[in-house]
Amino acid sequence: MEPFQTVKSIVTPLDKVNVDTDQIIPKQFLKLVQKSGFGKFLFFNWRYDENENMKSDFILNDPKYNDSKILVTGDNFGCGSSREHAVWALDDYGFSVIISSSFADIFFSNCFKNGILPISLESKIIEKLLQETNAIEVDLENQIIKTSSEDISFEINSHKKKILLEGLDDIAQTFQYKDEISEFEEKSIVPSVL
Amino acid sequence: MGKTLFEKIWESHIVVEKQNEPDLIYIDRHLVHEVTSPQAFDGLRMNNRKVRRPDLTIATMDHNVPTSDRSLPILDQTSAVQIKTLENNCKHFGIKLFDINSPNQGIVHVIGPQLGITLPGSTIVCGDSHTSTHGAFGALALGIGTSEVEHVLASQTLWLEKPKTFEVRVEGKRKNPHAVTAKDIILSIIKNIGTAGGTGTVIEYRGEGISDLSMDQRMTICNMSIEGGARAGLIAPDQKTFDYLRGREYTPKNYESLVDSWKDILKTDSDATFDKQFILNINDIAPQVSWGTNPGMTCDVDDSIPSPDKFSNGDVNQKKGAEKALEYMALESGTMIEDIKIDRVFIGSCTNARLEDLIEASKIIQGQKVASRVNAMVVPGSQMVKKQAEEMGLDKIFIDANFEWREAGCSMCLGMNSDILSPGERCASTSNRNFEGRQGNGGRTHLVSPVMAAAAAISGHFVDVRKLDLN
Repeated sequence: MEPFQTVKSIVTPLDKVNVDTDQIIPKQFLKLVQKSGFGKFLFFNWRYDENENMKSDFILNDPKYNDSKILVTGDNFGCGSSREHAVWALDDYGFSVIISSSFADIFFSNCFKNGILPISLESKIIEKLLQETNAIEVDLENQIIKTSSEDISFEINSHKKKILLEGLDDIAQTFQYKDEISEFEEKSIVPSVL
Repeated sequence: MGKTLFEKIWESHIVVEKQNEPDLIYIDRHLVHEVTSPQAFDGLRMNNRKVRRPDLTIATMDHNVPTSDRSLPILDQTSAVQIKTLENNCKHFGIKLFDINSPNQGIVHVIGPQLGITLPGSTIVCGDSHTSTHGAFGALALGIGTSEVEHVLASQTLWLEKPKTFEVRVEGKRKNPHAVTAKDIILSIIKNIGTAGGTGTVIEYRGEGISDLSMDQRMTICNMSIEGGARAGLIAPDQKTFDYLRGREYTPKNYESLVDSWKDILKTDSDATFDKQFILNINDIAPQVSWGTNPGMTCDVDDSIPSPDKFSNGDVNQKKGAEKALEYMALESGTMIEDIKIDRVFIGSCTNARLEDLIEASKIIQGQKVASRVNAMVVPGSQMVKKQAEEMGLDKIFIDANFEWREAGCSMCLGMNSDILSPGERCASTSNRNFEGRQGNGGRTHLVSPVMAAAAAISGHFVDVRKLDLN
């Protein structure tokens, strides 16, 4: 995973609550067996009509947001299915920060495995960010979002911050504890399945 | 101070504990399916890693399999490749697979308990959010993403932040338990706590209204914990739990001694406290029908669709969501639920496709015919459920009523295979999610219990099953 760098871009305001992972990446695209190339399917049913023409009224189809790396959205983003394809699609499309008033747990955890920073902020700050038309800067190191008018600080668990900043491979980290895992297995009373 | 059941399971699975960091938690059972695993196996291969404990890992194919004639080749080439990929991966990494022709094939959350793979007090993960189902047995069962699937395959552990605890106490007794089901209890809970009400928590369902339920019904409750946003759902094991798992194909040989070790421990201590609590009295609850595009948008069958104002209780965003939902569902507030006509009926999914669900639904349709406007199908949760149902003659009851009787799989719950709604079609579904396009682009889903779905199939519209003679 690439280390997370400070991001500066305009925000894409997706003013919706309870955006579920079925909307982020519909099921017909879950048949693929690779991790790449999901960006073109992001929000597929909202972006395209039945003839696969772009719907002009959907925010992502407004060319002014083409280079945006920051998605701002409403409560409970990423609810529903555990499909990591949702995060792969957001990443591949070009988003590296998602700012919302709240996230669903599995989606939130999936973000960190793919170098995407999810930031939770109070609803009233989200309301303001949804209106922000200038570029904003997200500085993870200092936990600050700089807008044209103010600096907004955000919370993040120190362990998760480290994973993103250093682009750590989770599994390699865990392998440092192989002895502890083996010790646990020796005393476990739960038998094998087979 | 005492501990909750969740805290006891968590603490007994900590491998590494550090200050202000997640705990490294040991995973006792890993269930794998074709959709969320290929990229995880690829990751192992790229890094030259093995599966640490193939003997704790079980795979099946469910999400993407056809439910029609299994002797025919799979027409959709992308699906065929994904299914073949799982076969190759299981072979390569030495994992036991119940493939499309296995008598044990089925929805992963149906076969785990049925085969005795799910055990009380254990930790279970699967790359599927409805893993919470296994919590009905007092297991801590978590849905995970593909990166975590890879992590568990490689290390049999996960770094997890300890969730908070949430007590959902279900009090009282249902007047007509054949008409008001476990599905109606869990939909009522979600309607009240909201789809994010359980975020960051593990719910423990407690009280008389829960202990009265059969194991099949308890699985329906825990299954939909994720629809309330929870990380997992739990029910303390009791005699029903222990009896259910006894003598199954993969039940451990030392089962009785395990039961002895679980009996006194696997329950919340009387002086334990929860971080959050919600109480539901079920004396007077009605069968539930969802009207919107998330499972919190649900009302009583004898009620009318609420106005966005009433539903949102002053929350502007929720109001917008409700307006959008009504538009998508082509419904108007004030419409009586019983006046809503349906085109399709789906009895299936990890929520409601177990034997008891099929038995209850069959009682409604026995000797009757599906309404001419309706196309109805039953997709048993596993090949084993299908076989048991056929031994009881249930298949004949459904087929005589003009239901389609299919092979096991996830099917139209998520519509990855060819079982989908056409745009604009309205479906009474026993599944768990009524999201936009979930069952097919433009399709409109109403979540209901199996008896409600069966009654709707016969009438062509929703009916209050409390009015029917179900005894």
